[in-house]
Amino acid sequence: MKSSVVVFPGSNCDRDIAVTLEKLQFKNTMVWHKETKLPKSDLIVIPGGFSYGDYLRSGAIAAKSNILNEVIKAGNDGSLIIGICNGFQILIECGLLQGALLRNFGLKFISKDIFIKIQSNKNKFFNKYKKDEVVKLNIAHNEGNFFTDKKHLKELEDNDLIPIKYCDEKGNITRASNPNGSLNNIAGIFNKNKNILGMMPHPERMSDKICSDDSGLPLFLSLMN
Amino acid sequence: MKFSVTVTLKKDVLDPQGKVVGQTLKNMGMTNLIQIRQGKFFEIDLDEKNPSKAQDQVKEMCEKLLSNQIIEDFKIKQKE
Repeated sequence: MKSSVVVFPGSNCDRDIAVTLEKLQFKNTMVWHKETKLPKSDLIVIPGGFSYGDYLRSGAIAAKSNILNEVIKAGNDGSLIIGICNGFQILIECGLLQGALLRNFGLKFISKDIFIKIQSNKNKFFNKYKKDEVVKLNIAHNEGNFFTDKKHLKELEDNDLIPIKYCDEKGNITRASNPNGSLNNIAGIFNKNKNILGMMPHPERMSDKICSDDSGLPLFLSLMN
Repeated sequence: MKFSVTVTLKKDVLDPQGKVVGQTLKNMGMTNLIQIRQGKFFEIDLDEKNPSKAQDQVKEMCEKLLSNQIIEDFKIKQKE
């Protein structure tokens, strides 16, 4: 499979995800944000980091970069796109996903391991996980508090577009297990066609047992399935 | 033409920074404070003489970049 990782000034998870993808034999290309052409890719990754220093709103400036026009075209044509952390913020700012990521409820930058519960595995991104599986992943963000209007929330719920929610170690989705105040403990969402995923947790940080854990690896294996 | 733009969070969107600022002001003794909301302020200088064209352009700036309309409202004021 071919993948492209888009790189902005301030991206800092781009190399981590490239290592993960290359380990799984993806033919990966790093694509600088000024490029106007995207290589033919089965998967496009918008990585985490602090593109443009989070000026204006996280992801707002990156969403207007040259390469994003190509990413938007590819997304609308059905290419698989994953935006992680700042990548999720960029996908929202460019309109490929709806909603907003507000400042964390407690006003603190949170960097820690959390648990998510797989709500749905009938999609291209989570099919190697079991439904209701509890997965430990890392989060590191200041603006991860997902918010949207009632109409969009209903659309997400009715169409199985919320694949992951924050939970505790036992899988209970509670207020206490919600790290950032996110609406209904939402940790990630799909677009209508489920070819575009935005998520706050970092699966690429959990792709090797030697460094941390390999609980994020099934996500990438799912994409190859 | 000069404009000023204020971007604030919508009424029903939680503003944790505003809340903290409000609480601090109360702690400083300003107990008659009812509410405070934090926002962003932009000063815009446009090389455009037609007022309605300029207004439209500032509106476009607000809609496309300066605000996220799901969570924020904007107000445009012409300065001169």
